[in-house]
Amino acid sequence: MSSPSSRTIQTVVLALLVIGLIALALGGYLTPISRYILTPLVTAQTWLATRFQALQSYISAPQDVARIRQRNTELEAQVSKLQAEIIDLKQQIAETRILSALVGFARANPDNQYSAAAVIGRDASPFLQYVIINRGSDNGIRRGMPVVNDQGLVGRIAAVTATASRVQLITDNASTINVRLDPSQAQGVLQGQITGDVLVNMIPQSANVQIGDLVLTSGLGGTYPPNILIGQVTGVRKRDYDLFQSASIQPAVDFSQLQIVLVITNFHPVDIGPLVPTQVAP
Amino acid sequence: MATLISVPIFTALLILQTAVISRIPLLHGTADLVLLAVLAWGLQKRVQTAWQWGIIGGLMVGIVSALPLGTSLVSYLLAVMIALALRQRVWQVPILAMFVATFFGTLLTQAIAVIALRLYGNAIPFGEAFSLITLPSVLLNLLLAIPAYALLGDLAHWLYPEELEV
Repeated sequence: MSSPSSRTIQTVVLALLVIGLIALALGGYLTPISRYILTPLVTAQTWLATRFQALQSYISAPQDVARIRQRNTELEAQVSKLQAEIIDLKQQIAETRILSALVGFARANPDNQYSAAAVIGRDASPFLQYVIINRGSDNGIRRGMPVVNDQGLVGRIAAVTATASRVQLITDNASTINVRLDPSQAQGVLQGQITGDVLVNMIPQSANVQIGDLVLTSGLGGTYPPNILIGQVTGVRKRDYDLFQSASIQPAVDFSQLQIVLVITNFHPVDIGPLVPTQVAP
Repeated sequence: MATLISVPIFTALLILQTAVISRIPLLHGTADLVLLAVLAWGLQKRVQTAWQWGIIGGLMVGIVSALPLGTSLVSYLLAVMIALALRQRVWQVPILAMFVATFFGTLLTQAIAVIALRLYGNAIPFGEAFSLITLPSVLLNLLLAIPAYALLGDLAHWLYPEELEV
C-alpha cells in the first residue's frame, strides 16, 4: 500500500513527463523517433487498405458493370446521334459549296441574270439525256434558255411547265451547238452521243487543233450566248481524205453529279429558221 | 376502281423512275418500272383492265418523257398485247410468263423508241443503242420482274378476290 503522499509524487512525475513529451514533440525533437515507429504502421495499413479495396471492388463489381453498361448504351446513343448530325452537316457543307461556286460563277459573269434550280430527275427513257429541274414558267423560265453551272455549259431548256422544266443536256444525241476552239479559234459543231460523250465535228482541215484546247460556245446560230466553257479537247481525228477534222471532248460538267444548275434568264434564243435559205420550186 | 388505282401507282412509279432508277444505269441502260407494272398487271389472270393500265401508263410516261408524242403509248399498248397473249397460253407458269413478257416487252418498247427518235431526226445508231442501252435494260428489267409480279399480284388479289364455292 502506498501512502497518499507517494501517489501525489507519482502523479506529478507523470504529468511532468507528459508535459515534457508534448513539449519535445512540439519542438520537433520526436520526429526521428516517430518516423521509426510510424513507417511500419503505415506500410501495414497500406497493405491492408489495398487488399480491402480490391476485395470491395470485387464484391461490388456486378453493380458497376451494370452501371457501365447503362452508361455505354447512353454514350452509344449519343454517338449515333452525333454521327447523324455529322452526316447532316456534311450534306449542308456540300450544298453550301455548290451554292458558293454558283454564286462565284454568277459574280464572274455579271452580264447574265440567273435563276438557280435543283435537278429533281432524269428522263425516263435511257435513249435521251434530259434532266428535270424544279423551276418553270412561274419563275420566268422559257423554252430555249441556256442552262449552266459553275463548271460550264449544261444544256438548254427544252420544255416548260408552270413549276418544272426539262433540260436537254449537251450530251444528248440530238444536241448540236456551234462552238469555237481556243486558242486556235477554229469553229465547229458540238454533237452529243448516246454514250454520253461529246464530239466536235466540222472543224476545218486547216485548223491547228491540239489536245487540251478549250471548247467554248461561239454564239453562232443564236441558240447560246458566246464564250461559255464546254470542255477540253482530249483527242483529234484528222484524215487527209476527210473534208473536216473532228475532236473528242471531255465536258467540263460532271453530268452524273448534277444537283443544282443556273438558268440564264436574260438570254432569248434567236430563231433563224426563216433566214435559212430554202429551195424554191422552179 | 381497278383502273383509277393505276393513276397513283403510276405516279409513284414515275417519281421513283425519274428520281432514282434513271440515275442508276447499267452501262447506259435503265430499268423501266412502268413497263414492268403494265406487264405484271396484264399477266394477272383475273385482271380485266390491262388495256386501261397500258393507256394510262403510256400517257403518263409520254407527259414526263421527251420521247416523241405517242411513242410510249404505242409501245405500252403493244406490251399489254404481249402480256395478254402470254397469259392465255402459259399462265400456269406465271413467273416464266413474266420473264418472257419482260424480255420481249423491253425489246419491243426500246425498238419503238429508237424508230420514233430516228423518224424525228435523232439519228441514234442501232448497234450502240442495242449493246449499250437495250441489253443492259433487259437485264435490269429481268432482275426487277419477280418483285414487280409479286407486288402487282397482291394488288390483283385485293382488287379481284377469288370467288368461294359454296
